[in-house]
Amino acid sequence: MENIIEVKQLKKDFDGFEAVNNVTFNVKKGEVFGLLGPNGAGKTTTIRMLIGILKPTQGEVFIREYNVRKEPIKVKQIMGIVPEFADAYTDLSALRNLLLTGELYGIERKRSIERAVSLLKKFELYDKRNQKVKTFSKGMRQRLILAMALMNDAEILFLDEPTSGLDVESTRLIRQLIRQFNKDGVTIFLTTHNIEEADLLCDRVAIMNQGKIIAIDRPELLKSIMKKISSIEVAFKKDLKEEDLYFKGVEKVNKMGDKFRVFGEKTLEIILSLIKYSKKSENEIISLRMIEPSLEDIFVKLTNKNENS
Amino acid sequence: MKILEQLKRSFAITKKDLSIYYLKGSVVIQGLLIPGFVFISFIFRREMPIDSIIPGLLGMALFFTVSAITPVITPWETRMRTFERLVSSPIYLWTIILGDIVASVLFGLFVVSFIMLAGILLLGVEIISFPLILGTIVAAFCFSSLGTLISAPPADKPSDIMLIASLIKFPLIFISGVFVPITEMGKLKILSFFSPLTYYTDLARYSMQGVSLFSPFVNILILFVFTILLFLFSLIWHHKSLDKRF
Repeated sequence: MENIIEVKQLKKDFDGFEAVNNVTFNVKKGEVFGLLGPNGAGKTTTIRMLIGILKPTQGEVFIREYNVRKEPIKVKQIMGIVPEFADAYTDLSALRNLLLTGELYGIERKRSIERAVSLLKKFELYDKRNQKVKTFSKGMRQRLILAMALMNDAEILFLDEPTSGLDVESTRLIRQLIRQFNKDGVTIFLTTHNIEEADLLCDRVAIMNQGKIIAIDRPELLKSIMKKISSIEVAFKKDLKEEDLYFKGVEKVNKMGDKFRVFGEKTLEIILSLIKYSKKSENEIISLRMIEPSLEDIFVKLTNKNENS
Repeated sequence: MKILEQLKRSFAITKKDLSIYYLKGSVVIQGLLIPGFVFISFIFRREMPIDSIIPGLLGMALFFTVSAITPVITPWETRMRTFERLVSSPIYLWTIILGDIVASVLFGLFVVSFIMLAGILLLGVEIISFPLILGTIVAAFCFSSLGTLISAPPADKPSDIMLIASLIKFPLIFISGVFVPITEMGKLKILSFFSPLTYYTDLARYSMQGVSLFSPFVNILILFVFTILLFLFSLIWHHKSLDKRF
């Protein structure tokens, strides 16, 4: 599959502070690519350079065949953007906001109205189309902003924390729509600090910390890095201490509420040791299950390693 | 072709500005009342012929109305997080600035036309002349460009920019021959040449009294040069401050 975004040695300094440091990656046409990282990792700065509103200190970004620095208008014409915390014009109606976006993208009036109406229906805002945006809830506003980003039939959609701070219903709807638009052929580039979201939506994920990309791969492959250190979640009838569970091969034990999470490479041996311990101490096992590593485990492991180094 | 397309998009910003910021009862009333009240307070009990009052009033009304809203649009939109969306659209920074300028020009011309109409109908002053109409349009662009220049620092609090605007606008009123003709300003006359308002007031005075420091053509030409310079400075500064705006 061809690359639709190519980022080469991108760097951004703010008065000596390196917000983004030598970042290189590609995004393939038609994929959902997630940039995952904690707050302050440099995700928003990266996305702002990708969409051409921040000038990189160094490096180049290519969207399709266009160099973002040299041809920003051509690049912006084929992309839709949902900036973090962005708002629509609250004194204008939802329809007027969409039509204004249409005008800014040079869409012919008739086509613009048709597209606006279709998006309003898709985003469940049609009934409120003539209401001023200031009367909208946060979820409705975010849906409208996403609709505005899709007015130009964008080839690439840049979403900066698209569901941040939204209620469950709006989050679900927006995720559904992101999947739908991706199915229709739109390439999605999203930044998020929400691991679950990245896991749910993304074909590939780049983990960013302190301005650097520290891992980049498919979520499942990233998880397999952690497979070596699987964990077992176990609960006993009677209370016990973490130290009691440090059998041979156990690397770490974490108490989580009334359960224990036991980490180690040889899971089968550990399970047998747990059963043996249960019999010996006459402490019945209430539940026992293998835990697959989550993207969160990878994220914590990688970001911690990065910070320590 | 590309420029024409950008001009069309710029006009979309003009329409947006007019409906959000200008076409509100309170703004229109303020646009008419503030220059009027300020002016009346200065000429009160000073015996001045009506045809020497109107040019000053015209100059002040145009200057105040045109440069009232433009300085706060960008900081306000930065604060409301709509500016980031705007610069993410396929438009140049000049497209946005020009859109803001044209909106304030249209608003200023609307307000000034009231004053001209009042001068003609109520006071019988002969105002309308081609140089004055052309000069009023050029001056409106000039004062509005000054407004966008004032909005260039990367502030997101409109109150900060309003303070800067007041510190620039009020001194200009006093050195531009609005209340006292430039010929009577003595040594301060030199300062007046640095204010674009001087040339518009001089033009208006010529249109009503037939006397002026410069010819109408020179006044319009200087206003035009000021417009270009202010627009360019504004554009350069906005470009420089864009990184710090987010």
